[in-house]
Amino acid sequence: MTATTVPPTTTDAAPSGRAAPAIPTARLVRIELRKMFDTRAGFWMLISIGALSLLATGAVIVFAPDSSVTYARFTSAIGLPMSVILPMIAILAVTSEWSQRSGLTTFTLVPSRGRVIGAKAMATALVGVGSMLVAFAVGAVGNLAGSAIAGVDTVWDVSLSAAPQIVLGNLVGMAIGFTLGVVLRASAPAIVGYFVVSLVLPGVLELLALVREWFSDLQPWIDWNDTQVALFEGTTNTGEEWAMLASTTAIWIVVPLAIGLTTLRRSEIK
Amino acid sequence: MITVESLTRRYAGFTAVDDVSFTARPGRVTGFLGPNGAGKSTTLRVVVGLTAPTAGSATIDGVRFADLPNPGREVGVLLDASAQHAGRTGREILTLASDTMGLPRRRVDEMVELVGLTPTEAKRRVRNYSLGMRQRLGLATALLGDPRVLILDEPANGLDPAGIRWMRDLLAGFAQRGGTVLLSSHLLHEVEVVADDLVVIGNGRIVASGSKDELLAAAGTLARSTSPRDLAHALEQAGIPSTLAGDGSLRTDADPATVGAVALAAGVALTELRSAEAAGLEDMFLSLTADTQREGAAA
Repeated sequence: MTATTVPPTTTDAAPSGRAAPAIPTARLVRIELRKMFDTRAGFWMLISIGALSLLATGAVIVFAPDSSVTYARFTSAIGLPMSVILPMIAILAVTSEWSQRSGLTTFTLVPSRGRVIGAKAMATALVGVGSMLVAFAVGAVGNLAGSAIAGVDTVWDVSLSAAPQIVLGNLVGMAIGFTLGVVLRASAPAIVGYFVVSLVLPGVLELLALVREWFSDLQPWIDWNDTQVALFEGTTNTGEEWAMLASTTAIWIVVPLAIGLTTLRRSEIK
Repeated sequence: MITVESLTRRYAGFTAVDDVSFTARPGRVTGFLGPNGAGKSTTLRVVVGLTAPTAGSATIDGVRFADLPNPGREVGVLLDASAQHAGRTGREILTLASDTMGLPRRRVDEMVELVGLTPTEAKRRVRNYSLGMRQRLGLATALLGDPRVLILDEPANGLDPAGIRWMRDLLAGFAQRGGTVLLSSHLLHEVEVVADDLVVIGNGRIVASGSKDELLAAAGTLARSTSPRDLAHALEQAGIPSTLAGDGSLRTDADPATVGAVALAAGVALTELRSAEAAGLEDMFLSLTADTQREGAAA
């Protein structure tokens, strides 16, 4: 049972300078995806996406008046819980490496921290798109069932141009969470931070726009919630609206993410 | 081979590692010894790229750790057995590491068996692990990629006596097959038994380094006699300084042969004569770090 009994052929311990091939990025993304759901918290987060989709669909069928049993009603009902859970998944994908200290192993096996964070970003985006596909599918089934139960015509009122915008809206929320995770690198502060910038901040900006006239023109260029809601409603259409989205994305995601990544790569992993 | 050259790591207003240089050679176990807070862990973290050095460098066979294409296949690292996601099972943690390195999954089972975890234990979540089990899991992660270098920070922590014995054999076997082992510890006796070379650090600086035999030879001789005072006197006459301990034993820097010859010439009967090996390292460790250890500072 002691190591000394292991024959030398089973080990390559001699300093032979064996050149191991580099770790491919696709493998890193696969592993980061696995890490998002291989803990109890991650597992239930995944289950809750499915469960809340079904719950929201059921609620629309039971409580909505017959006239409003439409596809848009289903997708927005499902989208609400999802727009909260998905950013949490994005946050924990980053922060658990620090809060749970698993980063010690992760960044020893893959010393390039930028690659690890990049793989996490890709895995997060995949989860976002995947979850939205589930949401659209559950909503479609709900719409068919709901209209049949209510005895009304099935109404498909989410246009093909609006659907990608809804997906993008959720990705923006996840990106905000991801950014907070990279900047703060601790689960609790990042989650609190997310609710501050998504619930408290819009009110503050709106109030500011009310009392200071010069700010009311500026607000849609700064308030990322505004541009996210426009995406959820599928109403980001003009060039100016897309420019507003680009502006809020730059302010709340691109710049802080760049700063966070720079400090993260230099920071000490303890 | 691990080469650390003039490594310095400064934090705001305090230097954790101060111009540290040493090598850990293949085929040998190098013990990295020092009291709490001496800078052992910081040095090891710099070696594996988790902490950036303020100055100096650390390389594995001439390559910076961060430049290794697949480090897990070349260097097995265990810095802190508790630094694992508490919600993952032991098996899952090994699976993630194994997949990252691109190893076949059977390696996971092999490692679980090698480190003495039962399959049932491997399926439990790490939050329910004892420190000893975490230590075994960490060692399994380090050995997973069949590396040629091992870097272990306090690997004996939390292991039971049988576990310590098992690990000692494992490390000795690893070095015997040509591997390089660098392990840190504040447990003197553990290092004394397993290490071939020693690097002693105190307050961020290397205070002694060399082969264990050299360092222990420097620890001198212990002699007992029916009349310790006469022996001390005879040694003094021969120009050999010695110290007489309260238990009647006598210590000197001279080698046992010289002490024996002096005793014979003086007609003093010796009841014990040996190199001060058994207690030597501890004395050396305590004396070398006397200015830096906490107890000394408080006194």
